[in-house]
Amino acid sequence: MTRILDVAKLNKSFGGVTVARDIDFVLEAGAMHCLIGPNGAGKSSFFRLLLGEHAPDSGTIGFAGDDITALRSFQRIRKGISVKFQVPGIFKALSVRQNLEIAFQYHLHGASLGETVRRVLEFTNLTGEIHTPAGVLSHGQQQWLEIGMAVGVEPKLLLLDEPTAGMSPDETRKTGEMLHELNARGITILAVEHDMAFVQQIARSVTVLHMGAIFAEGDIDEITAHPGVQEIYLGAADE
Amino acid sequence: MNPIELPDASEAPARRGLKLWLSRLEGPQTMGRGPAFWAVVVLAVLAALSYPAFANDYVVGNAAYFFVWTFMAMGLGVVWGYCGALSFGQTAFFGLAGYAYGVITINIGSAFGATWLALLLAVALGGVFALLIGYFMFYGRIKGVFVGIVTLSVTLVLETFMAQTAGPQWRIGDARLNGFNGMSGMPPLTVPWPGGDIMLYSGTALYYVLLGMVVLCYLGLRMLLNAPFGNVLVAIRENPERAEMLGYDIRLYQMLAFGLGGALAGLSGALYTAWGQYITPSSMGLTAAALPIVWVAVGGRRDITATLLGCLLVIAGFQSLTIYGSQYALVVMGALLVFTVLVTPDGLVFTAINRMGRLFKRVRR
Repeated sequence: MTRILDVAKLNKSFGGVTVARDIDFVLEAGAMHCLIGPNGAGKSSFFRLLLGEHAPDSGTIGFAGDDITALRSFQRIRKGISVKFQVPGIFKALSVRQNLEIAFQYHLHGASLGETVRRVLEFTNLTGEIHTPAGVLSHGQQQWLEIGMAVGVEPKLLLLDEPTAGMSPDETRKTGEMLHELNARGITILAVEHDMAFVQQIARSVTVLHMGAIFAEGDIDEITAHPGVQEIYLGAADE
Repeated sequence: MNPIELPDASEAPARRGLKLWLSRLEGPQTMGRGPAFWAVVVLAVLAALSYPAFANDYVVGNAAYFFVWTFMAMGLGVVWGYCGALSFGQTAFFGLAGYAYGVITINIGSAFGATWLALLLAVALGGVFALLIGYFMFYGRIKGVFVGIVTLSVTLVLETFMAQTAGPQWRIGDARLNGFNGMSGMPPLTVPWPGGDIMLYSGTALYYVLLGMVVLCYLGLRMLLNAPFGNVLVAIRENPERAEMLGYDIRLYQMLAFGLGGALAGLSGALYTAWGQYITPSSMGLTAAALPIVWVAVGGRRDITATLLGCLLVIAGFQSLTIYGSQYALVVMGALLVFTVLVTPDGLVFTAINRMGRLFKRVRR
């Protein structure tokens, strides 16, 4: 397997607060992997470092064989990274179709743009909402729209920050099915998630972050049974 | 709304490109589509063309004066309404280009179409200066209200600087800057013509030239705003983080939009100087800087048609008030702005057109 993401000795502090501490992290192409950890563990900061929103104090970020540490956010996106934010990052005043066209027009034009919009509308079950302003969609539909915006041009790596936050159980299940379909198409997925049932639905391997450092990595069953993880994240068994 | 589609691939590239751009006269970023809308536009232009036949020279000259300001308003509409960056200092580019037109024409004269070259150079100077300010603002990650503060500071600094250029040492070639009293004596726009140049003093000829420029600018902006460039500007206004995370260099787009707004403000400035053969530092002062914001806010900043109509209506109203109510005109402008912000935040003209459109649809059903 080839490495799609190769993070080495990544460090970042804000004043006296360390949000990334010597993080070494490797993700194989085609994987579907989850990052878990308690609030303040550094998960979102790690995403922001991967996306270039924060510059690391030291360390390197490799993506698909290139060192992207010094690249700006939009340059990383153009290399094939895509992201779905925790709070739906959509253009609420614009229609669903406009959201998708804006998302794809950098790569696609003319008929291929229209065809991709149609395909993504079907994939996200939003065909009937094509002219609806994105801001009036249900929370779950907004999340799906953003996933659609993030995957329409087939990124190499999809970063998901709590993709099911605020979703109903049915919407959560459908989202899991969507992610499996995307992964089957070859998109590598790295998700931050709190809902352990959802983590178990989508990924076998997880990484636990704690106080900005990698605390544990491995199979989901081993991790949930790990006493240290239960202590810091899941809560002690006897509590 | 239809998705963006390329015309027949077997057509010649130039023809295909023209068709694509013409198709962008309508689109998601501009109000109005279909034969009914364009019929109204054509009727409005025909009415404007026939207006001089029914009005005296003074009134026509006044209308030409109103047209002068529309370019700055449409530019501010692009920067503020579409891109989401409230510039309080479009008058900096207006004044700079106005002075540039004066300096150039006083030095090179008006023969052989030199005034048009001066107009082009003045607009380019306004645009380049805006690109420079935009570069430092947007790449320096200045956003929100601070864009307004920086741009207002720039225009006030320019006003202060120009106001102290009264001495004889403040000259560029033959052009004296004249401090607070301002520059005068530059030639108007002049069209070279066999048998004698045509001087476009305030009157019917200037009215027609400016009307043509307003129509071209309006249609050009409609095409640009419905092109991918306009879509990205709107995306930046709505959610800049998301726009960047779709692969767009948002600072570059913001800077280019600001440069376009500066060039259009410069066009207004150079035309203003050519219209009145006069420019003063107060054209870059606080009052002058605030008025474009009132025009655009009252018209509707998020649609170029509403911006254009609002600008013309508010300026015409402001001038009438100035004649009959003196300084109270400014108080009325302030009250109009407050009313707009509180009651129709999308703009009075924008809201009125939208409601009329809905009513029209209901009646047709």
